[in-house]
Amino acid sequence: MPKVTIDGKSIEVPEGTTILNAARMIGGDIVPPAMCYYSKLKTSGGYCRTCLVKVSKGSEKDPRPMPKLVPSCRQTVMDGMEVENITSPEVVEARAGITEFLLINHPLDCPICDQAGECHLQDLGYEHGKMKTRYEFKRREFEKIDIGDKIKLHMTRCILCYRCVKVADQLCSCRNHGVINRGDVAEISTYIENVVDKDMSGNMIDVCPVGALTDKTFRFKSRVWFTKPVDAHRTCDKCSGKVRLWYKGEEVLRVTARKDKYGEVEDWICNSCRFDHKKTSDWVLETPSHVDHHSVISANHYETEKALENLRSDIEKHQKHLKESKFALGQGVMNPNNQ
Amino acid sequence: MERIYLPAIFGGMIITLGHFFKKKVTFQYPEVKRPFAPVYRGMHVLKRDENGAERCTACGLCAVACPAEAITMVAAERKPGEEKLYREEKYASTYEINMLRCIFCGDCEDACPKESIFLTDRLVPSDSLRQRFVYGKDLLVEPMEASKRVDISQRQTKEVLEFKKRKELQHNRLK
Repeated sequence: MPKVTIDGKSIEVPEGTTILNAARMIGGDIVPPAMCYYSKLKTSGGYCRTCLVKVSKGSEKDPRPMPKLVPSCRQTVMDGMEVENITSPEVVEARAGITEFLLINHPLDCPICDQAGECHLQDLGYEHGKMKTRYEFKRREFEKIDIGDKIKLHMTRCILCYRCVKVADQLCSCRNHGVINRGDVAEISTYIENVVDKDMSGNMIDVCPVGALTDKTFRFKSRVWFTKPVDAHRTCDKCSGKVRLWYKGEEVLRVTARKDKYGEVEDWICNSCRFDHKKTSDWVLETPSHVDHHSVISANHYETEKALENLRSDIEKHQKHLKESKFALGQGVMNPNNQ
Repeated sequence: MERIYLPAIFGGMIITLGHFFKKKVTFQYPEVKRPFAPVYRGMHVLKRDENGAERCTACGLCAVACPAEAITMVAAERKPGEEKLYREEKYASTYEINMLRCIFCGDCEDACPKESIFLTDRLVPSDSLRQRFVYGKDLLVEPMEASKRVDISQRQTKEVLEFKKRKELQHNRLK
């Protein structure tokens, strides 16, 4: 088993593992961000360049560093490889540059976009982006189109990650959705408009890292941080039936697949579960979904154990300070215990 | 012995007379009103843009920033022909602030990306019914007429005005 070291942390991984997956096995903040790679979709990755890392030592046999930054979602590990991600200023700078590139044509309509709050590009921009743009030319714009009666394609927001194309290829029974044209004018399109109505096509919405493909049944219903996610399941003959319901009050505003900490779908769900079952009585509720402390969705949900922990340590510190301090509450009237 | 009080009485009278010629700290309310500080945080206003369209796009940032959870809203999609009413394709069909919950901290105007909500130097009038303190769009959105618009120019800090001048930072303008 090859042994790889990423930012000083070593792990042994099976032959053929990519650097990105090895980093995910280690976990923590050394995991490179990925906008196009999706572990559940074959041949995904290699388009967005967000996951670039520096290989400072090629392998045990050939210790020369790789001449350029490599996309960690495509580069497989070799024994003795040493990789630098967040410890390399070169990588951090490159990632800021990539973010700027991704944002060149992306509109800043987050206040309108339904993806805001769970958008990977928003997170990436927040972490690596700059406050201003240097781009002065006309940005490309498209009309919004309905692909099928349940999905809205807002091509202006698309970053061409190809994830939805892979979903159409690999999950839906026939290929009817792809990328037409090349380079700067490339766009996601259906070969014949209004034909994306296959059983699993709704998963395109979940895999889209930005707000290019959105759920029409959820359009402008609520911001995601006002909804409360709850894990639920039902018996479905087309899919696993394991979903996440997004409640506002007692109403289910939308149904999505469950996502892991890298924002990837755990089990694909079918369109019938996603679009047609929006009543609590359709589902067996399991538990409120865990929302990451850093996510805006956790705002006002009071599940943030982290803050409580901080508070607890603060209180302990304060009590210790009081004990040691000569101004400790004694027999005086100020001590509430004496009343 | 009574004569001994006289100097004290005169001393007191001098102080009293002195106050006749000092600037008064009281105001003859309601004829005269005490001036508000330009950045006083009173009742909110939802601004319209220069064409009279509502600026609010129901992004929900004010509501999530609100420490008192006083703001609620429902969004709706703008229909063709409503471009003069609403600035962007999404707008707030209802927008409510519970003035009893509001602590007038001004976090909502800090959070607003569309320069829509501002706190003004107007006061929330008293009332005897709790329900009437939930202010809807009828009370919050400023009137369409140019003469009745709420002036918030005093609240725009030097930094904001400088920010608005810089072309590379302007993602808020309409094409």
